[in-house]
Amino acid sequence: MKHTLLLVALLPLAGFLVNGLLGNRLGRRFVSVVGCGLPLAAFALTVKAALDLAAGGYAPIVETAWTWAAIGKDTFAVAFWFDRLTMVMALIVTGVGTAIHVYSIGYMHADKSYARFFAYLNLFLFFMLLLVLGRSLLVLFVGWEGVGLASYLLIGFWFDDEANAKAGKKAFIVNRIGDAGFLLGMFVLWSTLGTLDMDAINAAFMAPVLPAVSASLVGVLLFIGATGKSAQIPLYVWLPDAMAGPTPVSALIHAATMVTAGVYLVARLSGIYLHAPEASALVAAIGAATAFFAATIAVAQNDIKKVLAYSTISQLGFMFVALGVGAYGVAVFHLTTHAFFKACLFLGAGSVIHALSGEQDLRKMGGLARKIPVTFVTFAIATAAIAGLPPLAGFFSKDEILWFAFASERGGSTLLWLTGSATALMTSFYMFRLLWLAFLGRSRVNAEVAHHVHESPWSMTGVLVLLAVLSAVGGFIAIPHFLEPMLPLPPVVPALHHYETPLVAVAVAIGLAGLAFAAYCFGGDGARGARIADRFAGIRRVLAGKYFVDELYDRIISRPLLWISDRVFLKVSDRALIDGTLHGLAGMARRAAGGFGRVQTGNLHLYAFLVLAGLVGALAWSWRHG
Amino acid sequence: MDKVHLLQSLAVALFALGLAGVVIRRNVLVMLMCMELMLNGANLSLVTYAHQMGSAVGAVLVFLIFVVATAEIAVAIPIVLLLVRRKHTLDIDAYTDLKG
Repeated sequence: MKHTLLLVALLPLAGFLVNGLLGNRLGRRFVSVVGCGLPLAAFALTVKAALDLAAGGYAPIVETAWTWAAIGKDTFAVAFWFDRLTMVMALIVTGVGTAIHVYSIGYMHADKSYARFFAYLNLFLFFMLLLVLGRSLLVLFVGWEGVGLASYLLIGFWFDDEANAKAGKKAFIVNRIGDAGFLLGMFVLWSTLGTLDMDAINAAFMAPVLPAVSASLVGVLLFIGATGKSAQIPLYVWLPDAMAGPTPVSALIHAATMVTAGVYLVARLSGIYLHAPEASALVAAIGAATAFFAATIAVAQNDIKKVLAYSTISQLGFMFVALGVGAYGVAVFHLTTHAFFKACLFLGAGSVIHALSGEQDLRKMGGLARKIPVTFVTFAIATAAIAGLPPLAGFFSKDEILWFAFASERGGSTLLWLTGSATALMTSFYMFRLLWLAFLGRSRVNAEVAHHVHESPWSMTGVLVLLAVLSAVGGFIAIPHFLEPMLPLPPVVPALHHYETPLVAVAVAIGLAGLAFAAYCFGGDGARGARIADRFAGIRRVLAGKYFVDELYDRIISRPLLWISDRVFLKVSDRALIDGTLHGLAGMARRAAGGFGRVQTGNLHLYAFLVLAGLVGALAWSWRHG
Repeated sequence: MDKVHLLQSLAVALFALGLAGVVIRRNVLVMLMCMELMLNGANLSLVTYAHQMGSAVGAVLVFLIFVVATAEIAVAIPIVLLLVRRKHTLDIDAYTDLKG
């Protein structure tokens, strides 16, 4: 087939159009078939494209769909590019995406806007595929904005509640700030290189003569875009609020795919970052700081989805650490395993929420393991995977990140490793805390809800099992090795080589320590955990309040902006200046018209006299000037 | 004063007389007649100049104007008739409420 890649992207768009326009008339069964069938077909086509790629010796497949615009001698084409990195991303997006679509059949079955949900979900998939398949930064940017739109629509899916609508708005606006940086980066690249094709950009920076632009400047500008989309400091604040959306959305968009777009962007443009040590150092520093702080916040959250949200931010921080030290393939590896286990965790959380009729508070859970065993087992596997227990997926990817953070010649340092390890310890602790509070121990579910607790339908549990299996074995897919011809791993400081094995042991010990500490705190009647929490009540309050960053932003950004908007822009510019001028002009016209209106008396003689006067006046004037 | 001047003066006098009549008189029919007077003042001026230039075009134009004037009167008289039928007066001041 000539247009496989185009078709991959267009199938979900067709699903969006069909379900969005006709879904409400055609019944749920039809919506489900279209909503899940087309992503599945897209997945199948992606697999076919991957096989084609392998058959062609991994030479990138390029497909130009059409020329978007020709301005002067510059043309902007909508072209698709399929290489090893795209292949990994596209398989995750369509594969995990399809699984989550199937899960949504069960999760959303009672929702009144069933068709709208699937339409939006398909729309998201379309834009995400545009993002990963695009050859030019411009196509990528269209997808980038499009997934932002889909994210906005789905966070505010239950817009009856104003809080949800506000969360959607927050996500959209915070992302715009990052996009400003992204756009500036694109402008700089265009003005110096004259092309936005990412292969050409990489090639330009790999050439012996470097382009006349600071790679670090471009790198930092593009990274600002990535901090918005991938929820890094200082723009991470939207992601926890984004949990207002339905849980499959949190799993698909805000854990597995969309938020990893920033990681993909940096990995895709690794040619720039290889020549931008300052930008890379910034990426690593921001990543490490985000990973650490988000993990500390996650420790003190009581909402099951909030814990997972901060965990996502933290894991994304890990990926950026890997990008910052030049281990691009490892970042994509962690992106992949994270997509598996975090999707599994979110969907498991969704299953718990489903079972408890909408309850999300960990303090009102407990003892669910017996009642919803499939959810429990899959959730436990994914928890162990994210905690980094061998031989599950998270262990391999996280261990490699920590190793390169320690030993890479491109900016690895002990400090990065220490931060990463401390984060890993906290990750293990808060995830097992979550497991304990939700599934083990004494039940704190209130009696009325407890009566209805039930295991989810097969469409949900089946997906959970699938993702749990992937979380378990995903680590054996050697993605860094697969990507190495394209994204070579950074050289390791030779003197540090013999640390590799001890560090693996330390990583395992850290994972187990987190488990042990969680068991100590929350095992039994959970009194020990409460005692420890009481002793550190001050710290706990700060952590539970998320360091009050939202409040800080409100004080230093939102309120001054509101003040300026209100006092200067609204009251002075808009009301006094613009409105005042217009109202003045209108008043003048009205008064003048009132005066002239008196002349219309209906008396024909007056009119005739005025004609006469006019005639005489005209004659007199022409006499004098003639 | 030659003939052309004389005729032109007459035309102006006719026109002025008509205009004054329209402005001063209150009877609708008289006002219509005065308007005809103005029209004929203009016609006279036209014919005089045409004669001076030795061209027949002006004379032809005058005949056209006659036709138009007749049509105009044919419309105006029924309107006056309708007005009178409503208020039983030819005084123009009675109709100031037509201004809308």
